[in-house]
Amino acid sequence: MGEDTDTRKINHSFLRDHSYVTEADVISTVEFNHTGELLATGDKGGRVVIFQREPESKNTPHSQGEYDVYSTFQSHEPEFDYLKSLEIEEKINKIKWLPQQNAAHSLLSTNDKTIKLWKITERDKRPEGYNLKDEEGKLKDLSTVTSLQVPVLKPMDLMVEVSPRRIFANGHTYHINSISVNSDCETYMSADDLRINLWHLAITDRSFNIVDIKPANMEDLTEVITASEFHPHHCNLFVYSSSKGSLRLCDMRAAALCDKHSKLFEEPEDPSNRSFFSEIISSVSDVKFSHSGRYMLTRDYLTVKVWDLNMEARPIETYQVHDYLRSKLCSLYESDCIFDKFECAWNGSDSVIMTGAYNNFFRMFDRNTKRDVTLEASRESSKPRAVLKPRRVCVGGKRRRDDISVDSLDFTKKILHTAWHPAENIIAIAATNNLYIFQDKVNSDMH
Amino acid sequence: MFARGLKRKYGDQEEGVEGFSTVPSYSLQRQSLLDMSLVKLQLCHMLVEPNLCRSVLIANTVRQIQEEMSRDGVWHGMAPQNAERAPIDRLVSTEILCRTARAADGEHPTPELEDGSLQISASELPIVSSAQGQRSPQSSLWEMDSPQENRGSFHKSLDHIFETLENKNPNSVEDLFSDVDSSYYDLDTVLTGMMSGTKPSLCSGLDGFTAAAPPPSSTCKSDLTELDHVVEILVET
Repeated sequence: MGEDTDTRKINHSFLRDHSYVTEADVISTVEFNHTGELLATGDKGGRVVIFQREPESKNTPHSQGEYDVYSTFQSHEPEFDYLKSLEIEEKINKIKWLPQQNAAHSLLSTNDKTIKLWKITERDKRPEGYNLKDEEGKLKDLSTVTSLQVPVLKPMDLMVEVSPRRIFANGHTYHINSISVNSDCETYMSADDLRINLWHLAITDRSFNIVDIKPANMEDLTEVITASEFHPHHCNLFVYSSSKGSLRLCDMRAAALCDKHSKLFEEPEDPSNRSFFSEIISSVSDVKFSHSGRYMLTRDYLTVKVWDLNMEARPIETYQVHDYLRSKLCSLYESDCIFDKFECAWNGSDSVIMTGAYNNFFRMFDRNTKRDVTLEASRESSKPRAVLKPRRVCVGGKRRRDDISVDSLDFTKKILHTAWHPAENIIAIAATNNLYIFQDKVNSDMH
Repeated sequence: MFARGLKRKYGDQEEGVEGFSTVPSYSLQRQSLLDMSLVKLQLCHMLVEPNLCRSVLIANTVRQIQEEMSRDGVWHGMAPQNAERAPIDRLVSTEILCRTARAADGEHPTPELEDGSLQISASELPIVSSAQGQRSPQSSLWEMDSPQENRGSFHKSLDHIFETLENKNPNSVEDLFSDVDSSYYDLDTVLTGMMSGTKPSLCSGLDGFTAAAPPPSSTCKSDLTELDHVVEILVET
């Protein structure tokens, strides 16, 4: 992403190609697969909806395809834990795709307690010409069979079949907040508030506990795990973030139980900004390795930060998402908004980072040019095929015509989940129960 | 900050927050934050699936406030008497608020709540010293059966919240507050802004008290009276 003009084109020319409205439920997770051909969403009702990108037509090789519904299935159902008299929500907390190894696609989906491996296969041919069965499948009267034939495969309408291949249950006492597939493609980890477990994709009755921060006495509990992820290239490294704003990089080669971190990333507190809410707003809600594996991106309540794995003392970059909320922390605490967990995302080339905010706004920061933009995901503000207009929140002082004042922000419209296509400038934004997919038609390639 | 994007004029907002055109003092704000936090913890207790991260963050906030209050010597408004106790001992027990319905009958905090004392949560709830091992015999709030025991055993530390999270006993909101005078929750909703479910009523109620709070000096006196009352009850049981 070199010049300013290029930046402006990327930021401003996001078109709204497709808005899939799910009336039923609030979207709770969004994830592209490794090629970007498929986009999976999970919702509060335990359903998973997968979108597939239509292939580019040969006539217009430069126009990207749109995303259409590919498959919908019920991943998790509500359950009841009889021992504790608790309901277990069916809400899908996270979906992670497995790297594709054959014609089928696989993904892991998890609710608070159980992770499931789903296999998605296509069927577009079916055998016809059985000897013993007729077209409807009924057994033929054998006396009518006079010759043998070899069944042939004939094309049929595409059918997408989804089946649960593995169910990884009973591994977690607390609520699962993250899952991450290892680069070895054989193992994955699941993290809850206090523990992280390592699973083998083929083994469901056993998992290894690799991090345990539960204190001997629960009364001493002051910190929980908020997110975790495997390094994209080094299968022995993973990071987990905490509610106190720290990141711990762990090496699984060092010990079986990775309670001792290899590196601790923590920014010293700014004494001038200290308040009773300092700890809460420092809690990291999401951590993502860059595609290169060199950096980590974290989101806390007011900022996104880029960390260099080689520097533990402080982040190398800090971007303000909505600093105008700093003076409103008390009311946000009262309304519980301060506990909202926003996610963050890298673009494919690690040059732009994105995160959501309130009022259906989402923010993008260009790491090279240091420019940032606020965009809105709503049907009212963007007609199909129109270019998204940058938005501005004014905090008093000069106010332009289309500015929104801080006090008019709608805090029920929060964009917690966003995803960026691994290779192209296509983003998926979940705004409550609506999914928006924006494409940059002008600059389709990643800079 | 209003969740539904309602526009408020600056003047209205001032009035709602301050109550009487005076800027609330820092200690008043701190106290109301403490009250709000305790209510949040109590409410998250009653949810079927409490969010552990949220509970931990709120509990840490409560501890911070309490530590600062004890450093300032305003804890219970009786610094000299409590001087010998370490700050950590002054962890407020949320156990009273978290009582099950059977224990809530005739609990002494209730009358004080109705008195409208702002300091109620801080002064009423007894001091617990988990650090010094003066824990009450009952190890878990939810395992107590006898209201009598409950009445005598205010001594639960804030930290017990986390044990109770493991021994969850879902109590409905209605159960817990069935004995509390509902007029207590006559709210100043302007303060809260966001109304959803049963939560706001409590938070608003406490905010309402914030606005109507007496000046600190008279509160100290009422603290003393209230504490005597607590001691009486303790002695009697």
